[in-house]
Amino acid sequence: MSTTVSSSRPGNPQPGNAGKDAAAATVSAKPVGWKTPVFLAAFALIALVFFGLLAPNQTASFGISTGSDFFQLPAIQVNAFAGGLVLSILLLGLAAYAIYLKTRGKPAPGWLTVAFIVLFVAAFLIWVVGGARTPSISLAGLIAGSVTLAVPLVFGSLSGVLCERVGVVNIAIEGQLLGGAFTAAIVASMTQNPFIGLLAAAVAGAAVSMVLALFSIKYLVNQIIVGVVLNVLVSGVTGFLFSTVMQANKAQFNSPPGLDIIEIPVLSSIPVIGPILFRQSLVGYLMYIAVLVVWVGLFKTRWGLRVRAVGEHPQAADTLGINVNATRFWNVTLGGAVAGIGGSFFTLVAIDSFTKEISGGRGFIALAALIFGRWNPIGAFFAALLFGFADNLQSIVTIIGTPVPSQFMAMLPYLVTVLAVAGLVGKSRGPAASGIPYVKG
Amino acid sequence: MSEKHPPQHAGGEPAGRAQQPTPAAEETAALVSVDTAGGAMEPSAVPATAQSGQLPGGPDTLLRKIFTGSGMVSVLAVLLALIIGGLLIASTDKQVATTATYLFARPTDFLAAVWNAATRSYIALFQGSVFNPRGNGVAAQFAPFMETLTIATPLITAGLGVALAFRAGLFNIGAQGQIIVAGILAAWVGFALDLPMGLHLLLVLVAGIIGGAFWGGLVGVLKARTGAHEVILTIMFNYIALYFLRYLLNTPAFQRPGESNPISPILDPTAVYPQIFGSQYRLHLGFLLAIAATVLVWWLLNRSTVGFEFRAVGANPKAAQTAGINVSRSTILVMALAGGLAGMSGVAQVAGTEKVLTDGVAATYGFDAITVALLGRSTPWGTFAAGLLFGAFRAGAVQMQIQTGTPIDIVLVVQSLIVLFIAAPPLVRAIFGLNPRRRKPARPAKSREAATTGGAA
Repeated sequence: MSTTVSSSRPGNPQPGNAGKDAAAATVSAKPVGWKTPVFLAAFALIALVFFGLLAPNQTASFGISTGSDFFQLPAIQVNAFAGGLVLSILLLGLAAYAIYLKTRGKPAPGWLTVAFIVLFVAAFLIWVVGGARTPSISLAGLIAGSVTLAVPLVFGSLSGVLCERVGVVNIAIEGQLLGGAFTAAIVASMTQNPFIGLLAAAVAGAAVSMVLALFSIKYLVNQIIVGVVLNVLVSGVTGFLFSTVMQANKAQFNSPPGLDIIEIPVLSSIPVIGPILFRQSLVGYLMYIAVLVVWVGLFKTRWGLRVRAVGEHPQAADTLGINVNATRFWNVTLGGAVAGIGGSFFTLVAIDSFTKEISGGRGFIALAALIFGRWNPIGAFFAALLFGFADNLQSIVTIIGTPVPSQFMAMLPYLVTVLAVAGLVGKSRGPAASGIPYVKG
Repeated sequence: MSEKHPPQHAGGEPAGRAQQPTPAAEETAALVSVDTAGGAMEPSAVPATAQSGQLPGGPDTLLRKIFTGSGMVSVLAVLLALIIGGLLIASTDKQVATTATYLFARPTDFLAAVWNAATRSYIALFQGSVFNPRGNGVAAQFAPFMETLTIATPLITAGLGVALAFRAGLFNIGAQGQIIVAGILAAWVGFALDLPMGLHLLLVLVAGIIGGAFWGGLVGVLKARTGAHEVILTIMFNYIALYFLRYLLNTPAFQRPGESNPISPILDPTAVYPQIFGSQYRLHLGFLLAIAATVLVWWLLNRSTVGFEFRAVGANPKAAQTAGINVSRSTILVMALAGGLAGMSGVAQVAGTEKVLTDGVAATYGFDAITVALLGRSTPWGTFAAGLLFGAFRAGAVQMQIQTGTPIDIVLVVQSLIVLFIAAPPLVRAIFGLNPRRRKPARPAKSREAATTGGAA
């Protein structure tokens, strides 16, 4: 075997094990490299200098209880200087541990990266709030708002997971969200029933997806091209119908009844967790269900095994009697329906009418969340939460007045994604056959 | 398996000359991972090519099929897109709605209304983009055509950038960001520096091209060194550039003295493109530069060694690497060149059409450039023609909206439909009943096209 010969070189990739490693280890599919430890160390140093040593000597206050909670917890008061210092030393510790593991030839475990991200975000938050004019924010509100902003992102990235796991690249998430938002608005307005609107949004998302599936599976058009073009097409069609139909008769076509927030009694009053888990709209609850269902479906059922087989090695799947292209078609359609439901969030929950480009590029952030979450529903969920958090923080920092320009806050998710895909925070890699059409024979 | 390894080493050695063994190996891994669709697929088990598939960012026979499909299909695709667009216009027309109520009594009324609604819009589109017979004198009658050329200018150069990257097998979705970064640099040189006539404009142009090339080249470097997919990178870089521009426009350095609006000072008169046909038209020198760029790209792709390497890498990166072409270098270079071309669009915007920098500097030119390149089948002159066509759509749409109230968005619909149809010739042939008797077009069509395009590439 020539692989054994080449793998004797240190640091050489071992193609034979790469696939298994990726499934098992979350950090690196390649043999342990210096990349992860070095970058962790670099970010820890940044944290030490900026969030620690250069932090303002001001107390940041984080409220964790809202008025409607059962019991009131006192706000957390942190001195920005001390807090930043402690957290950045912890970060340095994690980086040092990663370097230690590297010298032992072991990869940094997954929890380490996650812990690092959490601590880094905390240090950043203390620094931002500590430097603000009014150094006080409601942490509960921040987190609850993040979840709300993340809802369409989660649905979008789930759509991406479903499509990419079966081997179809879905750049059209943006179009699916927009199509869902538009259809939900117009159908809910005409029927005066938000639930029918929600259903129609799923159908619209699925319809956009079917075009993607048709062109990429039957006509073998490059999937990225179809995705890019579909985004433009949906943007054009919805914009056109908005300007003609909706503008002409707003009352009849663009005043959808909203989906109300459903509060689960008692549970919704638990501080911090309550509003996140038990004070959501129907779409919000569907989000949690969808994440779990997709995760269980993909990794614990026969269906999921087949889907992943088609996405990783379609020829092998075909040999075992799985109809590759049919599996792809229906999964992509399902993905579109999921994204469509996410789109309905814009018009049925967040805002009470449709406007042009209401999805505002969130489909692309969902794409980023999918990659950052490593093509895993749970990972994508947390990545989407992180992006929702950045989005929410951006609007909050403009209110409390921090030294960081809000544009840079808005830039963060994209920067983080660049770092993620560039493999600086562990190697991210999609299903093997994603983007490759399958032609039998 | 034994097939797999020679290229690996061949790529590893030259890359490793200047570096430590480990990074070199990592780089090789990145390159190999492209060949094996990300490395997850065992390269030995089934050769990627045997899956009759296309590699992400790799050679793409179907992509080439789009680029080299028959001219007939292109014409039919445009026709089909216009018909569907017309139906969409008619579907929201009041007259059509009224006549539809008595459709079965007098169907001719309904059909006439549909025809009128669609043609009225398209006639307005034509008058707004090519020739306006109601204009006062010849100059005014041809004013729309000049406007078309003006709007086509950034579309052509950015489209060339996208097309060039396509030919090297790369999806450059990032023209938008490259235009923005180029616009920032060009505008700053234009309003902040005081230089003599000629030199100033030259410097504006160079700054813009460098800005775009930097932003595009950065993607190339990341792609070559880490194997990250350029589609994701370019999309993210678009947003980063946009927010950076918004930030800059909020700083005093990029605002007019004494104002806090997010709009830059007007560029110095020495820093703007001269208008070609006098001040009555907006058409500026940028259009001539776009023609020059088209010639340059044609020469580069078809007559130069570098261009040959680009096409070789685009056709089959693995084979190119085996043949001794430095794939990483080609990737970085082609992305930088693509960015530079998109940068020319940024310069055309700030130094030609707008003369100021706002956060709408790139409008949607960067995204339109993708459709332009696809419609032009990634050939330089095809892209040029497609740029003119879409420029005409853009220019005419404004007039159409004023005259008939048809929203500008219809142009997006028609544009995207054109590209979709052109990308799927069997569909167009099926709709027009041109398909040969055989029922399964996918397989035979593919091999036939591959055979014809093999020589072209």
